[in-house]
Amino acid sequence: MSGLRDWALLVLGVAVLAALPMVADNYTLRLGTVFCMYAALALSWNVIGGFAGYPSFATAAFFGLGAYTCAILQSAGWPMLPALAAGGALAGLFAAAVGGAILHLRGHYFAIASLALAEVLRELATKLEWLTGGGMGLNLPVPAMELHAQAAFFLHLMLGVAALAGAATLLLRGSRLGFALRCIQQNEDAAGMLGVDTRRAKTLAFAISAIFPGLAGGAYASWTHYIEPPDVFDVLLSVKPLVMVLLGGLGTVFGPVVGAGLLLLFEEAVWRSFLTLHAAVLGVIIVVLVLFLPNGLMDATRRLLGRRGRGAA
Amino acid sequence: MLYLQVAANGLVLGGLYACIAVGFSLVWGVLNVINILHGSFIVLGSYLALFAYQVLGLHPFLAILPVAAALYAVGHATQGLLVNRVIAAPVLMTLTLTFGLDLMLNNTMIVAFTADYRRLNLETPLGVLFLGDVVLPGDRVAAMALALLLTGGLWLLLRGTRLGRAVVAVRMDRDAAALMGVNVPRINAVTFGLGAAMAGAAGVLLALIFPVSPLNSGLFLGKAFTVCVLGGLGSVPGALVGGIALGLIESFGALWLGPEWAITISFMVLIAVLALRPDGLLGRRGYA
Amino acid sequence: MSALLRLEGVSRRFGGLAALDSVSLELGRGEILGLIGPNGAGKTTLVNVVTGVHTATSGRVTFEGQDITRLPPHRVARLGLARTWQIVQPFPRMTVAENVAAGALFAGGAADVASALAAARESLGFVNLADLADAPAATLTLARRKRLELARALAMKPRLIMLDEVNAGLNTAEIDEALALIRRIAAEGITIVIIEHLMKVVLGVSTRIAVLHHGRLIADGAPQEVVRDKEVVAAYLGRRYAERGAA
Repeated sequence: MSGLRDWALLVLGVAVLAALPMVADNYTLRLGTVFCMYAALALSWNVIGGFAGYPSFATAAFFGLGAYTCAILQSAGWPMLPALAAGGALAGLFAAAVGGAILHLRGHYFAIASLALAEVLRELATKLEWLTGGGMGLNLPVPAMELHAQAAFFLHLMLGVAALAGAATLLLRGSRLGFALRCIQQNEDAAGMLGVDTRRAKTLAFAISAIFPGLAGGAYASWTHYIEPPDVFDVLLSVKPLVMVLLGGLGTVFGPVVGAGLLLLFEEAVWRSFLTLHAAVLGVIIVVLVLFLPNGLMDATRRLLGRRGRGAA
Repeated sequence: MLYLQVAANGLVLGGLYACIAVGFSLVWGVLNVINILHGSFIVLGSYLALFAYQVLGLHPFLAILPVAAALYAVGHATQGLLVNRVIAAPVLMTLTLTFGLDLMLNNTMIVAFTADYRRLNLETPLGVLFLGDVVLPGDRVAAMALALLLTGGLWLLLRGTRLGRAVVAVRMDRDAAALMGVNVPRINAVTFGLGAAMAGAAGVLLALIFPVSPLNSGLFLGKAFTVCVLGGLGSVPGALVGGIALGLIESFGALWLGPEWAITISFMVLIAVLALRPDGLLGRRGYA
Repeated sequence: MSALLRLEGVSRRFGGLAALDSVSLELGRGEILGLIGPNGAGKTTLVNVVTGVHTATSGRVTFEGQDITRLPPHRVARLGLARTWQIVQPFPRMTVAENVAAGALFAGGAADVASALAAARESLGFVNLADLADAPAATLTLARRKRLELARALAMKPRLIMLDEVNAGLNTAEIDEALALIRRIAAEGITIVIIEHLMKVVLGVSTRIAVLHHGRLIADGAPQEVVRDKEVVAAYLGRRYAERGAA
């Protein structure tokens, strides 16, 4: 069963990353943490963008909402984990509520509406100074741990978020909801006629795609001890997941994770040498990807090696 | 009298917004491509005007045509060489492609020109215009008038020329236009070029009013989106109506809620309009 | 016996145009109703209004006594009302079996994906597509895609199927095959509405015929009576032809 194999892969991957602090230095742990964050964002985007086929640019909205919720609650004296969970839950509820209003839009209109969500939230976070500290940003309590323990702790925290996102994807794939989303992606009108409650399925997918970015945002805020609106509502947070999924292959289960790893490699290898051209290099990657590898790098590699791809599973 | 002044400010702003949006709307309507590059094209136009004035002493009003021509060339090449290759792919692909191109262009501008805000200060400003109790800076009014003139010019081009009719034909029905002998890829490139030219021209005019920086591109893009959604897609009159509506909404919103809320208001309006129009503004469900 | 489907004064306007103009129609269990009319008569609109794609501007639609006038498509589908499309609408990147399983899962009462796939094989057997169950839907010929849509509709365990131009684009041999299939579906106790252009096909299979013209129902009755109806002949062939025929 490919289902069992995928679960085994997930467990194995989590185990390897969890063991990382025993052998690796703090720099590697930081990379691992970013990898887990990227993987969580890409897996989440894949639910709405890959499975349901709705080009969402709302990841930054969910990430920022989770980050600010977690930060504000921790400033109010909440412990980290409950504050984190509240951030994820609020992001999910926000997506469900807004989804009802914008998920009837298709194509470009949905893309724009989702993009505007992050802009509105960023503006609000900047304006509501009494709550968010406005443009000055918000400081979070620094955990009383020595550096390596801290690096290990946040790696494990982010790994937990990514593992949840991975498990959700696997559960979703074989489920009734997952099937409904595939129908919607391929022909939404026909899906409705076959009895798929398209509005409910899309809203659920949007909410699921929001929870893990919300959690990741909270973990990020706790990890960096400081957030400000342009940082956690950065539009690149909405674009990178899409790039990672395109890199790994749209609508597959582990493609997004592979894409997350590849993007991180690019970042480390190329961008460190061209710090000021960070965004431009990402732009080049995107252009090359869209023009020459529309089915993802993995698919191209498979074809290059002459093996037949199994197609989108 | 305050309301009259605010309405006048809104109209001036609205004329410029129409000019910002009309090229974006054309590309979206005809090619079904969201051109994320549009904001950076506008900023590029502003820089070209800035340098033309500072280095060559060319007045911005005279720089409009050469700048528009330069951006036409950039736009034509972008569509012809890159976007045309994926024009038939799903929405996500073209959107992502122009996003990637925008990252490249915008980042390059930041490196080349720095992100600092620069001003284009005319040595001989046009003074102030009094209309009854309403006071308006002459440069702004002239910029708005030119913006409307350019918008009208595009309209005439689309209506009155053979090339324009071909663009409109592609918008109506791409396959039928191809069957009738229209070279669709070329018209795509022309359309994208026209969109870029309008962006460049808008950029020249905006340089007279707003400080110039690559960081503004997202803001301009947001305005273009909102105007399109408000006014309807792919038509010049639609962009005009949408632009003026947005200008008025922002001016009165700033009056009642404070100027710092102007951007938030326009994004809220965008989401509200999108949410309240079932099936999007295209609403293509009508035919069975 | 109460009617399975009942339309009472149903109208549907698009802007100023009345695509359906106060149509009243009853359908009993086990009937095969041929719905005919010239292009643009409102046949597909009628299917769309019944299945919830469009909502009637006025009037009432009931199915098994329940008011379905304002129900969304998925609720109508779950009540046991299936349809096929004039232009086939498969899920192109799914296998044939998965396409059909969607019907079984979301409207046919299958408990989970696995049992839906099992039910799908059964429906595919019924339409003679079992050997292509694992092929991608996009690779099928038009005739087979039409059968795929029938299988998908059957998997919904419907009590009423509305077939919109199920024979359009098929050759004579394929049409005969499709007609045999329709008769077998009727024999299963499923009521059928068949929209059709080819008069010969309608006459061959229908137990009753209803004629739409400019959105109005102009005739409704036994097939042989309806085709001799003056108004119907006029609608199809023009007023002058009808008068000459009567003289």
